[in-house]
Amino acid sequence: MQVDSFRFLPRSFLPLYENARPIVGEHEPVWAPFTRRLADASIALVTSAGLSRAAEQEPFDLDGERRRPAWGDPTHRVLPHRHGPVVMSHLHVNPTDILADDNVALPVDALDDLVASGRVGRAAPAHVSVMGYQEAGLSVWRDVTAQAIVELFRAQGTDGVVLAPV
Amino acid sequence: MPLTAVQLIAPRVVGVEFPFGHPFGRPGDREVQRTVLETAVTVLAGAAEPVTRVDIDIEWPQPRGEAYRAWQPAEPSPIVAELLRQRAARGEGAAP
Repeated sequence: MQVDSFRFLPRSFLPLYENARPIVGEHEPVWAPFTRRLADASIALVTSAGLSRAAEQEPFDLDGERRRPAWGDPTHRVLPHRHGPVVMSHLHVNPTDILADDNVALPVDALDDLVASGRVGRAAPAHVSVMGYQEAGLSVWRDVTAQAIVELFRAQGTDGVVLAPV
Repeated sequence: MPLTAVQLIAPRVVGVEFPFGHPFGRPGDREVQRTVLETAVTVLAGAAEPVTRVDIDIEWPQPRGEAYRAWQPAEPSPIVAELLRQRAARGEGAAP
């Protein structure tokens, strides 16, 4: 069974997505073999839902996007595995269900289940949230944000990352 | 959108046929959340070659039209609002 990638996409958006091409200069996939046993590995999560810790972190900059519609906040937020209440800053999807249960975007409870069952070695101490709308800000995301995220994951001994776009 | 991820040569891809804003399913549905995450880590650890795609056979439990309307924000995003303004200026009526 193969899913329909565009089942829930507005029809007029289809030309923007159905023939996507890699960024200029990228011809080969980035590939890192996964060498550890999953049962010994530390797994981190990355969400593009624009989550930040309520009252403890600056939310993603939505006013900037309102002023410049082709721009998206390219920064990131580090979320401890047990991160407490979150706010969601993302103007392109309805936030209701993620705010009702942030496991919809950042499934730390399911990760705990996999650790408890022995399927996964351990949950990473911290996960990462970015805001997925990155049109004009993509260069900052690639040159600054992505590198900071890689450094974080290396520093905390993360073996694998699951990135879940919203 | 797993097809898009493959076209962008993502190394490992897990596809779900869920509305935008719901990569791991519905709120409170721990079983589906776990199924999707377990599939993801299985593909992460077990894919033998780049651009491996595995799709999950779970049907979204809501009529398509209802789910299509539900995932969209209450107001168009700034870029969509801008596109709508441009279309209106050209005398085109279709919404994005």
